[in-house]
This record gives sequence, structure tokens and C-alpha cells, in this order.
Amino acid sequence: MITRRETLFGAVIGAAAVAALPAFSATVTKADIRGLPREKIKLLAPPFVHPHDQVAKGGPKIVEFTMTIEEKPMVIDADGTQLNAMTYNGSIPGPLMVVHQDDYVELTLINPDTNSLAHNIDFHAATGALGGGALTLINPGEQVTLRFKATRTGTFVYHCAPGGPMIPWHVVSGMNGAIMVLPRDGLRNDKGKPVKYDKIFYIGESDFYIPRDEKGNYKSYESAGDGYDDIVKVMRGLIPTHVVFNGKVGSLTGDNAMKAKVGETVLIVHSQANRDTRPHLIGGHGDYVWEQGKFANPPAKDLETWFIRGGSAGSALYTFLQPGVYAYVNHNLIEAVELGATAHFMVEGEWNDDLMTQVEAPKPIATN
Amino acid sequence: MSPYILKVASVTLAAAAIPVGLSIPAVFGDRQPHPTAMTVVLLSGSITYPTPGEFLKDGRPQANPRLKRQFNTPLEIMTYQVSAADYAACAAAGSCPPPQEMRTIPVSAPVTGVSYLDANAYARWYSDVTGDKWRLPSDEEWAFAAAERFAGEFEGVENDASNPARRWLTSYRAEVDLNRKPDPLPRSRGSFGMNSLGLADFSGNVWEWTSTCYIRTTLAPDGSGVASSVDNCGVHVLEGLHRAYMSNFVSDGKSGGCAVGTPPDNLGFRLVRDHRGWVNRVIGYLGIA
Repeated sequence: MITRRETLFGAVIGAAAVAALPAFSATVTKADIRGLPREKIKLLAPPFVHPHDQVAKGGPKIVEFTMTIEEKPMVIDADGTQLNAMTYNGSIPGPLMVVHQDDYVELTLINPDTNSLAHNIDFHAATGALGGGALTLINPGEQVTLRFKATRTGTFVYHCAPGGPMIPWHVVSGMNGAIMVLPRDGLRNDKGKPVKYDKIFYIGESDFYIPRDEKGNYKSYESAGDGYDDIVKVMRGLIPTHVVFNGKVGSLTGDNAMKAKVGETVLIVHSQANRDTRPHLIGGHGDYVWEQGKFANPPAKDLETWFIRGGSAGSALYTFLQPGVYAYVNHNLIEAVELGATAHFMVEGEWNDDLMTQVEAPKPIATN
Repeated sequence: MSPYILKVASVTLAAAAIPVGLSIPAVFGDRQPHPTAMTVVLLSGSITYPTPGEFLKDGRPQANPRLKRQFNTPLEIMTYQVSAADYAACAAAGSCPPPQEMRTIPVSAPVTGVSYLDANAYARWYSDVTGDKWRLPSDEEWAFAAAERFAGEFEGVENDASNPARRWLTSYRAEVDLNRKPDPLPRSRGSFGMNSLGLADFSGNVWEWTSTCYIRTTLAPDGSGVASSVDNCGVHVLEGLHRAYMSNFVSDGKSGGCAVGTPPDNLGFRLVRDHRGWVNRVIGYLGIA
């Protein structure tokens, strides 16, 4: 049986082959791809990232991922406010996927029949077919496998884009994440010298739009669909009720604060699939920042705050120089403090008096 | 009553507490223009407790000194936190700003979403309508009344002269280890039970304003006492599951600003009655003094 979806898939492959330039050395035949080595990745929930090499070993390969879509209620703040969430693999954001340039990303996307809605995935890192969205729309009870070549390096958003008004609704219900395509020889600084990270954290920022009742209390709904009309009204106001990291106010504080040591270099990948944001590490910096997230561009140096455009992912490399509790915030401080976009780093190590010291503790103002 | 250490003397204290109900004023035939709240009279006693504020010595933060406080006159304090209904009467009279409470809470719950300024407005109004002098308790009065429910400051915070970050990290961890889950919705008064003195709801999910200002104290290097101190009465001490300091106009614990960790769930208050003559009459009547 030939379904419409299979027909469409064939047509797109054909078009890609016609458009391919003969001189483009990376172009390979289907047979060549079939011969590539395969690697199966077990994804981790953010802020953690699956183990990966920073410098690729060997040639391009097919990297296999599986993500199961979960529709489920999730609590998004300390007051117990509930979002009828839609998630890739159960987390908001979805997991960070890591491959190298010229690898093939092969994703199997599963929409269990316990879900109620059709979903797909649009990879900003992919070329054609609405980022893969046109080839991956699946109903509850279906699964699909997409392969795309990671031609461009950088951090890129992926998100659900099932058409029309479903698109923003699915995205602000949690269906977004990021993929990082590393250069085969790893990251390089502004001078072209290799740089490495000891740790990597993935922070996905979300803007949520929860309707309130007449008394001002947040409403909850039996199912995502029940809340749709109300939520769209709030969305159209463009003022989120929550701006949070990793799905919930306080998801990266307290017990879940990110941990590092003085002298460790940390890569912080920050995505926002819908709305602009401006990360800032209080008391620290971005040593090297790929603000637009694309590694083919030299990183900016010594940034205080960096700008992540809605619908993109950026990354910042920083070596901690001082111990303490750091807040990592969206430096629209109203969004950080009132709406939730705050994370913490706990950094152990020796204090550097040269960098900072309290010369004199607070005391009454001298009156002589 | 002999001095005692707070945590081991609750039984002694209980014996000295006199519940005072609505019926007491009737005993004396006082005119009551407004129903008076239930109170408990605590007789004299003392506590040893960590004094509020910030303390520095040799330019370094110190643990809050534990000092003994003597109470020589009886303290009459409300059995329950001021209720939402009572506060609403003040607001209806135009004497209190409406509380900043947007959620649906039980009518019998304590008032929440009130600032220090709101609490004082209520005390003024309540004094007017009852003909008695009502005010917020000081921090030490609150600690005395809360008895075994008093929590105070985090303790055991590491202090390292060469590395201030150790203190920040250990206090952050100490707060995390408390593992306190937010419990945001106020419940009916009495839901958090009575302490050993017959006072209700101390250190539940409503923090209480006190009349004590935030003070930064510099201790003398030789340990001889206070070298200097600076008061900031734009910030007052709140007590509850842990001590908090908030600006007078803040009515929401979450946006009031604990530096790190879990902020107070809700802000409310209870009052004490300054009415020495009346208290003495009660004590005389009950044949205790």
C-alpha cells in the first residue's frame, strides 16, 4: 500500500537529488549512506546532555535518535499551576541532541495512541520540507523516521509545527528543543584556536500563557484541547504569564542547581523557540559566545549579556574563576524574578582575592 | 517563673499560659463595640534565642548571637492569626487597604497578602473599634509565644575568612536540605495545630510580621559587645518556618525577596494587646499573680 505520506517522501528525495550540485563533495548516494556506520544515542533530559565527543572520531555516520511524544499535565510553578503540556520525550524543553557536521541525524518520532493530537518536528538545522515538518506529521498511534544531513554547524531549535494556529500553541505548550551540530574538529575561539568544555548544560526557555478565571486564579483543563480557546486569547496578548527555564519555575535551582568547580569550562546552550531572551550570568561572563549559535561565525568575546532571538539557540562558553552561588537569568529582570526565568550554579573552589575582596565590611558612615 | 531554655521548657510555659476567650470581657462587664479576638496571656519568663538581623565581626558575617531575653510583664497575644474576615471588616471600613490576595481561600483562613503597613493599619483600626491598644509583637515576643514552633535562623553555616563563597554555598545547601516544599494555599485557622502554649498556627504556611526592624550590628572584635549598629526600619522581620526580612510595603513573600532558597509562602500577622491593667485584672481574677 502506498500512503500519501510515502508518496510525498519519495517526491522530496527526488527533488533533493536534482537540486544537488555535482561539485558538492558532500553529496553522497543512497547506497553510500547505507554503508555509513551507525550510532544509537540515548537522550538525557535537560539540563543534561548525552555523552558525546567534542572532536569527531572517524568519518560521518548515521546518528540514531528516538523521541516519544508525551501529552501530559505538568506543574509549572510553586503554586501548582498546571499546563496541559506537549513534550518531546517527556521534558520541556525536549532533549538536546548532539552530532557532528556531515553526520546524518536519523530520528524516529513516536506519537503513542494515548495522545490526542497530531504532531511533527521542524528542525532548524535541516534543509527542506519545512525542516522535516512536512515529512513527520503523525497521528496518535503512529511513528515516523526522518533522516537529514547536518550540513551546518551550530545550535539550532527544533519544534512542533503541525500547521496553522496549532504551531504556536504546540510550541508554547512545550514542544521545542535544540540540536547541536559540532564542527568535526570541535569548537574554536575567535582566533581559530581549539576550545573545549568540561561540562555542558542545556537550558530551554519557555514562555507560557495560562488563562485565569474571573477571580484571577489560573485555570486548569481536563485536556489540552479543552484549554485551547482560552489559551489562544492569552497568547494573542503576547504577555506570558510564566517565563521559565526547563519547564518550571525553579527547575534549575535548589536541589537542581547546576554544579561546577572553579577552573572548569562550561558550555551553556540556551534555546528559546518562540520569544527573544537575553541570558546573563550574574557575577560571571560569556568568555566566548555564539550569540546566534552558529559555529562558522567567530564567537564574541567577554559578553555581559547575550541575545537569543526567538526561534534560535545560542551558546556561551565560560570558565568559572570564583566560587559561590551564581544566578543565570533572563536579564529582563521582571521575567527573571516575577515570571520565573532564573537558574543557579553552585561553584566550588578557592576564592580569588585579587579578583574581588570586601575591603571594609558595612559599617556606619564615618562622620569625622 | 525561673529562666528556662526555650526548647526544653514548653511544659513549664504551658502551665503559665492562660487562654482568654470571648467570654472574658463579659466577666468584667466591659462594653464591647467589636468582638474581641481570642487571646492567650503568657506570664513572665525568658527565652534564649538567636537575635534577628545581620552580625559582623572583623568584617566577617557571624552567626546570630543567642541571647537571653527576660519577659517581666505578661504578654497577651492572639490565639490565631488575624482572619481574612476580620481584616475584611477593616477594609470595608476604609481603614485598611484591601489585601493583595487574588486566590480563592477559605473564609475562615488567616488574612494573607498583607504588608507590614497593612498590618499596622489593621492594628490601629482594631484598637479603635475595641477600645484597647493592639500592636504587632516584637520579634522576641513572637519567639516567646511560638515556643517550640520557633525556628529562627539557619545554623551551622560555615564561615571561612579566606573564602566568603563557602558561607554562600553552605547556606544555600542548608536551605536546600530543609527540603521545604511550597505550600502556598492558606487553610482554615487552626489547621496547623496548637503549640504547647495553646496558640495556633505558628510556623504553618503563613509567615507573621513583627515590629522588629532589620538591624546590622558590628560586634566588637574583643567580644565585649556591640561596636556599632545601623537600623533599617524600612525592612521588618517576619517569623515562620524560617526567619525572613522584607520591605514594609511587600505583601507577597515570593516577590519580597529571600536572596536564595524557598521564600515565605504567605504573609500575615497576629497582634498583642497592650493593656496592662486589664491583664492584671485577669490574673488577679484567676488568682495567679
